[in-house]
Amino acid sequence: MNLPVTSFLLYLDGVSVAFDGFRAINSLALTILPGEMRAIIGPNGAGKTTMMDIITGKTKPDTGDVLFNGSVDLTRLDEAAIANLGIGRKFQKPTVFDMHSVEDNLRLALKADRRVFTTLFWKDNESEREKINRILATIRLEHLREASAANLSHGQKQWLEIGMLLAQDPKLLLVDEPVAGMTDAETEATAHLLKEIAKDHSVIVVEHDMAFVRELGVKVTVLHEGSVLAEGPLDTVSADPRVIEVYLGR
Amino acid sequence: MITQAILARLDLRGRLFLGAILAALILVPVLNLVVPSGSPLHVPTWLVSLLGKYLCYAILALALDLVWGYCGILSLGHGAFFALGGYAMGMYLMRQIGTRGVYGHPVLPDFMVFLNWKELPWFWYGFDMFPFALLMVFLAPGILAFVFGWFAFRSRVTGVYLSIITQALTYALMLAFFRNDMGFGGNNGLTDFKDIAGFPVQAQGTRVALFALTLIALAGCYILARAIVTSKAGKVLVAIRDAESRTRFLGFRVERYKLFVFTLSAMMAGLAGALYVPQVGIINPSEFAPGNSIEVVIWVAVGGRGTLVGAAIGAVLVNFAKTTFTTGALAPYWLFALGALFVLTTLYMPKGVIGTYAEWREKRREKASLAAHAASKPAE
Repeated sequence: MNLPVTSFLLYLDGVSVAFDGFRAINSLALTILPGEMRAIIGPNGAGKTTMMDIITGKTKPDTGDVLFNGSVDLTRLDEAAIANLGIGRKFQKPTVFDMHSVEDNLRLALKADRRVFTTLFWKDNESEREKINRILATIRLEHLREASAANLSHGQKQWLEIGMLLAQDPKLLLVDEPVAGMTDAETEATAHLLKEIAKDHSVIVVEHDMAFVRELGVKVTVLHEGSVLAEGPLDTVSADPRVIEVYLGR
Repeated sequence: MITQAILARLDLRGRLFLGAILAALILVPVLNLVVPSGSPLHVPTWLVSLLGKYLCYAILALALDLVWGYCGILSLGHGAFFALGGYAMGMYLMRQIGTRGVYGHPVLPDFMVFLNWKELPWFWYGFDMFPFALLMVFLAPGILAFVFGWFAFRSRVTGVYLSIITQALTYALMLAFFRNDMGFGGNNGLTDFKDIAGFPVQAQGTRVALFALTLIALAGCYILARAIVTSKAGKVLVAIRDAESRTRFLGFRVERYKLFVFTLSAMMAGLAGALYVPQVGIINPSEFAPGNSIEVVIWVAVGGRGTLVGAAIGAVLVNFAKTTFTTGALAPYWLFALGALFVLTTLYMPKGVIGTYAEWREKRREKASLAAHAASKPAE
């Protein structure tokens, strides 16, 4: 039995990873409390996506600890195992299953037994349909239920992907640039949606859009060259001269 | 009850397909056995066996479509599973010959006597029993596919690399089966069959029965494949085909889904091979030739990838063309025609015969509904 070694939901310490000698992540330390929402900003190449890759098992760190739920060592697990532990991820470029309908996209994401044979003999049921209906209402795609995901607009795809995250019902959501390419109205609606989600989930949002980060109104972590440069409320962080120099000032 | 459950899973295309199978199941035996041989409607026995051969190819194409069309695994080695199923059946048929062989040895097949072997190799044990042989028809290709897939999918070998190693797999097996000391008859393979389950292989009744069994097997494989692709697991397969890593991040163990569908598909291919061997009367290592497996891909592409029915139809169409072509003056040009067919299909009909037809009908329906819509509006 693994005893929790920390009370943090997510605990990264001394994490480093290098690709061909280039240190993408450099002794990174980051902690997320249960129920917390955190925004992560940083210039291009600061290591934001690599950090997400490490948390979700796509990339193995060279050194460092990555602990989930106080005791689970994420560096030993693969993507599917980590996803089933309750870490969901939304990608920078919206990736939904184009050939499937909006409803089927959500159905595939819905928290359920993922084994081959249980999936093979799966049957449509009332409780799942109800959950899907609720999510469709939340992401405002009810009228497109039967539409193939390929025919959605960019913003709708982003929303569908957020809906898929909701369907997974993870403990921790990693959201990579959710408002990239969205109109102002859509951005505002997305901020509202994420705040709604953060009420009962922990969320990490990576975003470039400062207005959006301000809208979220949460603690901000600034990444630079693979490590944490500053941490705190947006106003404090954006007043930090080092942050201004590497990022905001440019 | 079961019929209803099956029909509920089928679309119109599937019902037509099963209807056609049922019609052939009744018509062909009647036209062969009942209609006198002088009549223009009479179907000669050689034609029954030829059609049976096409249907075996249709099952093989269906098996490939399940992994390629729905899960994106472009196997260029499905001929190996087909041939393994064929060899399992061939070994059974060899053991049925008994003392009727050229050398009259009660246990050893002719080629072993010829090679001066004194006893039966261990892997030939049990093949005198039909149920055991039938089991091996599924197990031999199934186990090979499972072991191969276990390593390939776990190491995340995909795309072109996977296709190339499946080619290597079938090529390696071809070289192995060519060797006399492998114990599978070397380059002559297994032939000169006499009986199958107590019935003479060459007899008209047996040939018709084999044809009917192949039809039933095709229908069964189709229903099974259709049940899989319409299930939630089928949706996972398509998700893997279109966005593999996304599927993984949703928590699906991609390698297990691939392994499941690949192994099942290999067993279907094995069944096709087992039905093929008694109808053509021979199995030899050339069935493992890499070119054979590539031809299967062409059948599926021509018929329509990811449609199941299309794969089966493509197999029959292309092989019918092959027979017509290679028995006439055009014979030397068949391979050019086949190559051209593949290129043209890829360029102009990427969805194959069935997919293109479905698209055309959809467009026409849309046009008709637009026209109806315009007509219903009062003129302004």
